[in-house]
Amino acid sequence: MIDNLPYIAVAFFVAFGIYTLMFKKNLIKIAIGVCLIENGVNLFLITLGYRKGAVAPIYTMAPSGQNMVLPTPQALTLTSIVIGIATTALILSVAMMIYKHYGTLDTDEVRRLRG
Amino acid sequence: MSILLNNSPILILALPLLAAFLIPLIGRINKKTVGIFSALVLAISLVFTILLAVKVITVGPQIYVFGAKSSGLTLPSGLNVPIRIMFQVDAMGIFMGLITATVSFLGAIYSLAFIKKTEGMDNFYSLLLLLTVGMFGMEFTGDLFNFFVFLEIASIASVALIAYRGIDFGEPAEAGFKYMVVSSISALVVLFAIGILYGEYDLLNIAALANVIKYSQLDKIALALLLPVLAMKSGAVPMHMWTPDAYSEAPAPITMILVAASQASLYALFRIVFSLYNVNSNTLAAGWIIIIFGVLSMFIGVTMAIVQKDIKRLMAYHAVSQTGYMLLGVGVGLAVLSNPVALKEYGITSLEGGIFHIMNHAMYKGLLFLTAGALFFRTGTRNLNKMGGLAHSMKYTTIFFIIGAAAIAGLPPFNGFASKLLIYESVYKFNPLLSIIAMVVSILTLASFVKVFHSAFLGPKLPQFNDVQEVPQSMILSMAILSCVIIFFGLFPDLIVKNLVHPAVMALVEQVKYTGTVLGGM
Amino acid sequence: MKEMSKIVKTVANFVYGFILIYGFYIIVHGHLTPGGGFQGGAVTASAFALILVSYGSVNSKKFLKKDIFSLFESFGLTLFILLAFSGLGITFFYNFLANYGSWFGDAAVIGVNPGNMNTGGLIPLMNMAVGLEVLSALGVIVLIMAKGAEFTRKKENS
Repeated sequence: MIDNLPYIAVAFFVAFGIYTLMFKKNLIKIAIGVCLIENGVNLFLITLGYRKGAVAPIYTMAPSGQNMVLPTPQALTLTSIVIGIATTALILSVAMMIYKHYGTLDTDEVRRLRG
Repeated sequence: MSILLNNSPILILALPLLAAFLIPLIGRINKKTVGIFSALVLAISLVFTILLAVKVITVGPQIYVFGAKSSGLTLPSGLNVPIRIMFQVDAMGIFMGLITATVSFLGAIYSLAFIKKTEGMDNFYSLLLLLTVGMFGMEFTGDLFNFFVFLEIASIASVALIAYRGIDFGEPAEAGFKYMVVSSISALVVLFAIGILYGEYDLLNIAALANVIKYSQLDKIALALLLPVLAMKSGAVPMHMWTPDAYSEAPAPITMILVAASQASLYALFRIVFSLYNVNSNTLAAGWIIIIFGVLSMFIGVTMAIVQKDIKRLMAYHAVSQTGYMLLGVGVGLAVLSNPVALKEYGITSLEGGIFHIMNHAMYKGLLFLTAGALFFRTGTRNLNKMGGLAHSMKYTTIFFIIGAAAIAGLPPFNGFASKLLIYESVYKFNPLLSIIAMVVSILTLASFVKVFHSAFLGPKLPQFNDVQEVPQSMILSMAILSCVIIFFGLFPDLIVKNLVHPAVMALVEQVKYTGTVLGGM
Repeated sequence: MKEMSKIVKTVANFVYGFILIYGFYIIVHGHLTPGGGFQGGAVTASAFALILVSYGSVNSKKFLKKDIFSLFESFGLTLFILLAFSGLGITFFYNFLANYGSWFGDAAVIGVNPGNMNTGGLIPLMNMAVGLEVLSALGVIVLIMAKGAEFTRKKENS
């Protein structure tokens, strides 16, 4: 049960992120929702590489004769975090543009494109 | 020359990437040359794509391994699985690559005259080149995580391009926000599914994964996550809500390139279902799900399009409807994949129809969006109620619009007829009701384009459009090239199907050829 | 945004250099210890954010200029892609400096070792290019968002 704790945390992150996306009306809160889902997926990727009783995968001055966790998911997660920074910066900039035009960040008032 | 041709899978991507990074430096010296420079680089990419297409269709699939001692060395000494990132260009990949190269080159030429304000111009061209790089990467790659990275590059670049006019108006910013949230969510779910597959098999290479995959419970979950999400990125109903906003608020050449980007996601869906899973999965169930998406998209797309007043929003709903045709054709092919008799009888034909329709749709939908952009450039409005009588002053645009509207409705000497006939005939043998729905949708498409032609072009000349002239030369040049391609494909469809489409379909159907190229053998 | 009190400004003056050095250390040692281009660049950009927050966006315009950051970002990106092109004789991204004996060219040691900085080939050079690019890009993002805050305060006060 204690081994599955990171996966349960991933499920919580993604569920809270989807709840925030669907039910909140402020544009910044929607951006935070996207951030939460992305954090959940990154945690999922890192947890996949874990092996019981292993150390960090660094060769410089490492203790000898021990297993190491898988390093490939760490590279994948790093790439995903970098992409997440670009995504968050872009969403916030577009939200700033919307505020400059409409003076409000409420999604009920910003909707001009319908049909 | 042959060293350039050996490295061509990566040069097609790396030259626009280098140009995209050099454009801010060039823009500091001289702002006017930025557009011509990017059009030149995209022309070089187009030439390399055509050369690579000739090589792939005559010789066989090409592999390019990054950082190895030679470009074909997939299994370094003593290893059983490939460990480096590689590009694997087979006939289906280069088919989509030809569409991307043509559409981006014509988009860059059209933007030379369309983008008038010079303040953000180097950002515009830099982002256009990055979007092209993202699309090429999605179509050439042989590695799942590499596909995710290029998908995100293309989404981020296209959001910034959709919101390009958002400095002066408010609606493009809103459309850009919607598209950014939708594409973020879909990319993250794709990453989740890639994580599930990696955690199970410890492999990221598509060919190596296709060799060892079994259809266990986790694989079913990964397929069930990937199928709707990639269909959401291509604009299938019921996930199509971002399509009308994003396509109508972007500048006209960018809309043309966005259509090709949505089709790149469609290509990824087909690649995963055909080359990764193939007959290991329940192809009948997966095929029927794709068919249901296709039929819903066709019908809802065209019925929402008839009532629109904004010309680009109407064309965007038609893009949703035509995506339904592609999904229908390929879905029927997938559903009979496990049944060799039915596959030979009508499965291959319906796959050919669906995949040929991808190229036809990029051509005529691109032409229609460019004519809508020409109308907006001269009259300043997109509302059909305010336009009228423009055929008197804009003769070339009228001719190009007639060619595009006849092609999308499926009239005989143009290319829409060829692919739609293939789809009608083969889908009828599978299930007659689907074919009848497809024909009714085609009639409604013709009806809505007659409406647009009447409102925008026919009628008396309106007084407020007295000084409207024809559009500049570069815009006419790009529209003319697309019309020539449409007429050529319509007059000689047999040539295209035999040389381009049929090798692409066989590359999708035979999974053994895909894995054999990488894991040693062919 | 307004500037902060004298204590904050004095501590920011003192700590700014240390954060920069720490960020550069993470960038340059990327092939031996955890870190590398992106992580070091993000740490260095936080130094710029510190100056921006403690001195206010109007005062820090004399010190952090957006044009210079933009120029360095283009330089970093172009250097990265040119380094990737330089191995094109064999394949793209080929590490032609590894095990070669000259610049960063000692043989890589397999297994547990105390870490030799002269190894790695092209990888430390690419780390430095990416680090330069990331610190400039994040600096540009932070400066432009601060300018947006100025615009909003002007609009709300008028």
